[in-house]
Amino acid sequence: MRNQSENPLPAFLYKAFVFGFGGLSLIYLVAPIVIAITMSFTAGQTLKYPPEGFSLRWYEALLDPLRSSTEQIAAGNSLKIAGLAVLGSLLFAVPATIGMARMRRRSVNTIEPLLLAPLVLPSLVYGLAALIVANFVGFQPSLWLTVVGHVVVFGPLMYRAASVVAQGINPSLAEASTVMGATWVTTLRRVILPLLTPGILAGAFLVFIQSLDNVSVSLFLADAQTTVLPLRMFALIEESLDVRVAAMSGLLIGLTLVVMLVARRVLAPSRQA
Amino acid sequence: MKASGFPYVIPMLLLSVAFFATPLAVLVGFSFIGPEGLSLHNYARFLGDAFNYRVLINTAKLGLQTIVSTTLLGVPIALLYWHSGKTARQIIIFLTLIPMLTSNVVRTFAWIVILGRQGPISETFVALGLAERPFSLMSTELGLVMAMCQIDLPLIILPLVAILSRIPVTYTEAAQVSGAGPWRILVTVLLPMMLPGLLAGWILVFASTSASFVTQAVIGGARNVYVPQLIYREVGTLFDWPMASAIAVVLLLSTGILLVAMTMISRHRRLVGHA
Repeated sequence: MRNQSENPLPAFLYKAFVFGFGGLSLIYLVAPIVIAITMSFTAGQTLKYPPEGFSLRWYEALLDPLRSSTEQIAAGNSLKIAGLAVLGSLLFAVPATIGMARMRRRSVNTIEPLLLAPLVLPSLVYGLAALIVANFVGFQPSLWLTVVGHVVVFGPLMYRAASVVAQGINPSLAEASTVMGATWVTTLRRVILPLLTPGILAGAFLVFIQSLDNVSVSLFLADAQTTVLPLRMFALIEESLDVRVAAMSGLLIGLTLVVMLVARRVLAPSRQA
Repeated sequence: MKASGFPYVIPMLLLSVAFFATPLAVLVGFSFIGPEGLSLHNYARFLGDAFNYRVLINTAKLGLQTIVSTTLLGVPIALLYWHSGKTARQIIIFLTLIPMLTSNVVRTFAWIVILGRQGPISETFVALGLAERPFSLMSTELGLVMAMCQIDLPLIILPLVAILSRIPVTYTEAAQVSGAGPWRILVTVLLPMMLPGLLAGWILVFASTSASFVTQAVIGGARNVYVPQLIYREVGTLFDWPMASAIAVVLLLSTGILLVAMTMISRHRRLVGHA
């Protein structure tokens, strides 16, 4: 009874469009990542692509403490800032999600936009605003100021990820726990937090990745001694197109892949439940 | 009255007010500081300059070009997702998330390799005889749009996929049984249902292009300047914070107006039409 079988041409063109053009678009989306990975194994001195031979020399150069001390320090700073930003957003955003899940819809609708606002604002503008105020109050740019900036800008990601889970928690579970005589600390520790864990992990993952990648806040809030990884890469790209940037890219893509696979393992079973 | 949750929200609320809302208010205040007290001096100077004006237009243009190109590539990917089985759908999501979660600087670096004189595009054109000499697309608007399109593509795919994954196949099957061909189903069933996702995606893409400092600076080069670079120049080299604040406010207002307009269109559409 299918009418379009009378004229197969439009159906064929449609298939060609979806599978052909859609497939090509998908390749366009992923190809740069593949190119960055393969570039990092080049044996050559330049960014010529396809690469000239296979070697691990740029990874070795990156691990060499003499040649790449600046890059290693920058990576250390970035990891430290990202870790502290995750910790900070845990401290502020997770209690907020728990609280919001207990509040009336109307109060949530009033407060939530304020909490999520940093996600909408271009972070470059926020970096500038924070720099002006910090300077006004007498704080110089530093690692700690950068951490505060990252918690403000990326904390909402943790809030959003955890609140998706918190909204789904049946309130009678907490009530049942209270009725059975558990204190609020016990209820929090034994009932609420375990249920929230998938959301918190997803949030931690997002905050960590975003903080590690951030340029526009760190640009204004980090001091000259606290070079962060993306800014160091930016500088290397602008100055000399050093091939070590390819190896750094390779490592960062590898890190993303590993974290994504781990996240799938950790989060997938609990989502089905 | 069920307000027992409020104390838990207080720390984040205070953080938001003290470290987010206050700096923004100060930024707006700063933008009015002129040589003689408070005035519109900075705004007048910024908007009165023909170069700055062109930068503002170029930034809006770059945003629109990125929206158009991500839509042209994003919709076919979403349709591919729609016509795929469960495993293929998971693969498409995975392939969308990898670039999205990869560092912006890394993606920008990949595009330096691709667009460069010794990159794959130039080499292919020379090998096919389409170009006589190797060429570089760095520091061109075309190169920048190509890169921005790839970098922002996930932002438009994910909202579309979120909508399509909730639509039962019976919707298109009903159209098919009624005798509609695939193109007709696309135009009358799938695209209208995807529209709210497209609007959500456009908002994300536009917000992202108006703030992607690194990609614009590295790939756009010195010849193509956009608003974020102007702000950084005022702060980093000219140390004119009030001027930088004024440019930041102009950037916020112009993106804000566009975002509000888009949101209103999407609300209106939803009221008038489907869902």
